[in-house]
Amino acid sequence: MAFEPLILLAPLLAATVAGLGQRFLGDRLAMAITTGSVGLALALSVATFVDYVWLGGEARVIELFKFIDVGGFTSTWSVRIDTLSAIMLVVVTSVSFLVHVYSWGYMAEDPHRARFFAYLSFFTFAMLALVTANDFLQMFFGWEGVGVASYLLIGFWYDKRSANDAAIKAFVVNRVGDFGFALGIMACFFAYGSIRFDEVFAAAAANPALVFDFRIFSVPAIEAIAVLLFIGAMGKSAQFFLHVWLPDAMEGPTPVSALIHAATMVTAGVFMVCRCSSLYELAPTAAAFVTITGAVTALFAATVGLAQNDIKRVVAYSTCSQLGYMFFAAGVGAYGAAMFHLFTHAFFKALLFLGAGSVIHGMHHEQDMRFMGGVRQPMMFTWAMMLIGTLALTGVGIPGTQIGFAGFFSKDAIIESAFAAGEGGRVFGQVAFWCGVTAAFLTSFYSWRLMFMAFEGKFRPNPAAHHEEHAHDGHGDAHAVDDHADEPGAHPAKAPEGAAPAHESPAVMTAPLAILAAGAVFAGVFFAPYFLKDENSFWRGAIERSHDPLYPAAGAPGSADSHDGAAAHGASTEEGHAPAPAAGHGEAAAHGEDAHHVPTWVLWAPFVVTLAGFLLALPIYLFSQTMGAAIARTFAPLNAFLTRKWYFDELYDAVFVRGARALGDLFWKGGDKKIIDGLGPDGFAWMSRFTARQMRRSQTGYVYHYSFFMLVAVAAVGAFAIWQGGGVTP
Amino acid sequence: MNGFPILTLMTFLPAAGALFILAARWSSGPAHPGHDNGVKWIALITTLATLGLNLLALGRFDPAMTGFQLVERVAWGAGVEYHMGVDQLAMALIVLTNALMPICILASWSIEKQVSAYMTLFLVLQTLMQGVFAAMDIVLFYVFFEGVLIPMFILIGVWGGKNRVYASFKFFLYTLLGSVLMLVALVAMALIARSTSIPDLTAFAQSGGFSEALQIWLWLAFFASFAVKMPMWPVHTWLPDAHVEAPTAASVILAAVLLKMGGYGFLRFSLPMFPDASAYFTPLVFILSVIAIVYASLVAFRQTDIKKLIAYSSVAHMGFVTMGIFAGTEQGIQGAIFQMLSHGVISGALFLVVGVIYDRMHTREIAFYGGLVHRMPVYAAIFLLFTMGNVGLPGTSGFVGEILTMAGTFPVNAWVAAGAATGVILSAVYALTLYRKVAFGKIENPKLASIADLDAREWVMFTPLVVATLVLGVAPMIALDFTRPAVAAILAGYDVFASSR
Repeated sequence: MAFEPLILLAPLLAATVAGLGQRFLGDRLAMAITTGSVGLALALSVATFVDYVWLGGEARVIELFKFIDVGGFTSTWSVRIDTLSAIMLVVVTSVSFLVHVYSWGYMAEDPHRARFFAYLSFFTFAMLALVTANDFLQMFFGWEGVGVASYLLIGFWYDKRSANDAAIKAFVVNRVGDFGFALGIMACFFAYGSIRFDEVFAAAAANPALVFDFRIFSVPAIEAIAVLLFIGAMGKSAQFFLHVWLPDAMEGPTPVSALIHAATMVTAGVFMVCRCSSLYELAPTAAAFVTITGAVTALFAATVGLAQNDIKRVVAYSTCSQLGYMFFAAGVGAYGAAMFHLFTHAFFKALLFLGAGSVIHGMHHEQDMRFMGGVRQPMMFTWAMMLIGTLALTGVGIPGTQIGFAGFFSKDAIIESAFAAGEGGRVFGQVAFWCGVTAAFLTSFYSWRLMFMAFEGKFRPNPAAHHEEHAHDGHGDAHAVDDHADEPGAHPAKAPEGAAPAHESPAVMTAPLAILAAGAVFAGVFFAPYFLKDENSFWRGAIERSHDPLYPAAGAPGSADSHDGAAAHGASTEEGHAPAPAAGHGEAAAHGEDAHHVPTWVLWAPFVVTLAGFLLALPIYLFSQTMGAAIARTFAPLNAFLTRKWYFDELYDAVFVRGARALGDLFWKGGDKKIIDGLGPDGFAWMSRFTARQMRRSQTGYVYHYSFFMLVAVAAVGAFAIWQGGGVTP
Repeated sequence: MNGFPILTLMTFLPAAGALFILAARWSSGPAHPGHDNGVKWIALITTLATLGLNLLALGRFDPAMTGFQLVERVAWGAGVEYHMGVDQLAMALIVLTNALMPICILASWSIEKQVSAYMTLFLVLQTLMQGVFAAMDIVLFYVFFEGVLIPMFILIGVWGGKNRVYASFKFFLYTLLGSVLMLVALVAMALIARSTSIPDLTAFAQSGGFSEALQIWLWLAFFASFAVKMPMWPVHTWLPDAHVEAPTAASVILAAVLLKMGGYGFLRFSLPMFPDASAYFTPLVFILSVIAIVYASLVAFRQTDIKKLIAYSSVAHMGFVTMGIFAGTEQGIQGAIFQMLSHGVISGALFLVVGVIYDRMHTREIAFYGGLVHRMPVYAAIFLLFTMGNVGLPGTSGFVGEILTMAGTFPVNAWVAAGAATGVILSAVYALTLYRKVAFGKIENPKLASIADLDAREWVMFTPLVVATLVLGVAPMIALDFTRPAVAAILAGYDVFASSR
């Protein structure tokens, strides 16, 4: 018996036990069960990864039982192990485990801890089901499963109206994406008669010229499918137009933001595009759409990040922006770089979120950076961890060498790939390159803005919150003031004048930070050769590498298609497939092995803009306490535009929310009541009222006379039937 | 053993129970609480015994066989026969009916008004519903099909809410007017084919017995009846009123079983007997289905009464059923049947969910509630599960029917499938908004401060429905494998004609 299904089932079982039995188990036992099961899943995932990647284990699919099988529309509950899923298994279980551990500290005072842990484990299960799927339907199951887990966790504090609204918004916006994803699955089934990955990819390669005729217009099937699937990714991964739910999702507890809205769930879209790389390689228009959407998102989210004051929202927009990088990497064909950035980003963004959570925890649930400052001295360790996270996010490293933080390797690879793709004939590559470079500058600026505003300078107390603290202190005013006056005095050595009244978080919270920080430092340098250059055949056909702008696969185009399961289609695949891609991108392929062929200025561009962002943030937010606010005042309309997130929420509210309400009222009061009831059963309504008056008089008290006569009739029928001897024909 | 009339026994056992209740009622003089309690127990035992017989019948039923089984046939004279039998489609719907009945009796435990009459009507209703699905003669079918109206009419009219009389008449007239047209068509068919047996009529029709022009008229007459039952837009307005006024258990049966008679009728009559007309009218059905999904979802979003909201969501979900049936593909029809079963479980459960708080607070106004999760955590969890089932979350049975009907329709008309898929977005809007308003937030209404969580009886009611929703969601092949032969037969008949056109 293969052990891989246990990776999924352990968290599911733990979630069920903790969720149903929380009253009997008690909080601590429920937390221990869920944390332990995810720990087990982590251990097994690492074993799987090591076995598959280094010990040369076989790519395999463990099939459990049929989910749906109706006339070729077939899905089987499976655990698919290949490079892509092995990477995701490790990313998901490791971040999930650390977040479970961290939550022991962060949620220590929450009365519903057991429910929280049950949700976290359920999320882990759904995410694992997504990444180990062997067909689109199981992927969709995981896809929506993580969506519902996200809904539950965003709305975890269900007393808060804003949290509930954010939860619904997240679910509904994701459903808009899922609308596309579901149609993509149907289109796949229609075009290729299957929804299994290997069969779909083989069929698509065998028949790339297939066209959908939609009566009004016709499109190449593969382009339609790729775009529809990508709409799903846009929802899940918060890309431009469908990004609006992600910042609001910060209403959830911070560990949730780290796990779901940074490291794992939001990257599902990137994973999906990489999983379907053989489709996107055959769909240049869809790939261009992916590239542009990613590039625009990277830039757009970075601009909004500049003006946010909530520490979590800055990180949230940063996530949105980094997801944009991953998408445009995938769009230009650098799936390895996209997956690599997903991998490193999981560590440093989880680190940043958990670090932000530590600050919020230490600051007694203050999230507004305007009311922070001076946090470094009391929270030295958290500061150091956040610093590492920032260096990794901004991609600090020395170009041309192997020295740098994790983000340096993955982000620079993406920017270089975009440039190479631009040279290699994809116009969209150039757009992506410039968007990526500009966004890197903005990323550096807002990241250092965050660091300086939160940690440096003098503490700026929040007048409103201060007041509140007095109000529910319960000790009386004088005592509360005393208490407050005592605080700096209590730790004279640690907290000099101007330091925030914060405390360092407990070890159960800081230890996960340290582990993630190690990842943020070393994950890049260690894994770059594998993800990017495919050392030791790391990918083994799990992604399409033939057109990677920087490191094209050595083999001929299409060689990757004939990996597992598709053997039957192998021959026709090669024939049908060969001419299409070779035409467009022959030049890129001609670079051959290890072609790191970009000009030196391109190598140095990210470094220069990152440094520029840092240098610009220095005078505004470190050397001056007021300059940032002054600039915001001077450019008030621009600042408002950015703070209000380009007015997307206002626009959507006006069009969709109000539109749906108005249409609903129109159909209900106009359509149902006036037109249908008014014209249709109008006479009958009148008649029924009239008759009702007559009937009521004779009816009251005689109800079961009616029923008796009915029954006599029915019984007579039955008796007749049985009297006739059952009347059975052989 | 072959001569054992199990189908008849199963069908008429509830009626016998009803007779027993009435006899006891008349012999014991004026009603008293102890007596009422006894009546409830008799009803419960009768429905459980019926379910037991049903399982026995299932044991004698060959799931792999095509065509009708457990057939019983007695001539009644004038060409009319007592002719009963079931195929997989009928059997599946009968199992749904009989499985829900004990739950409905349990849900009616709080009834205090005229308990004997109430239970009598329910048991009679069960006999009639089984009869609809098991009848193999069109006259018998018509008698059962129309007979169902009467107990439901009385249940709403007597045990309903404030506007019960209006609602019950609206319900009765709407459905009866549709059925009158069907009666005319049935008479015409019997005269032309010189038979009233459904298998004979099907064979006659599939050998080209009904001309295309005639099919059009017959199809329309049947459509009038089934579209009202379904209900399809724009003849759906009786449903919200009926649901709002009906007592909880009647709502459950109405949503779970009575609406399915429309879908059953399409699959038993329209598709096999009038294939040309069905193909001809497919665009009409598609358009009405998509309108139903979008329109009813938007209207549901604006409702202030919980039951009305769920009623409109039923209209939307039935849109998937009609779309899938007329897509005429294996996925479409399998999905439609599955959606009928799944909707029976989930919408039935949702009406029970409403009934639980209605029993306690006597109002269905959404605005009255809020923050129930604080006082009723178990209830909130169960409500959440069925809400997710209602929005078609994968892993619940609600998903399977929706994805299959859409996947089955996409090859026929991608635009219709896309239109239906918008329902996936809209259902999330109304269902989650309802859940937020009722379950989440702080308890603002002081009347809710002491509301109690589920009691033992309610646990027993919900447990099978929870299990069914999840099991059918994860392993839907249990049902899909079962209905496959019946679907294959329908498809075979439909394809022959579709290709000969």
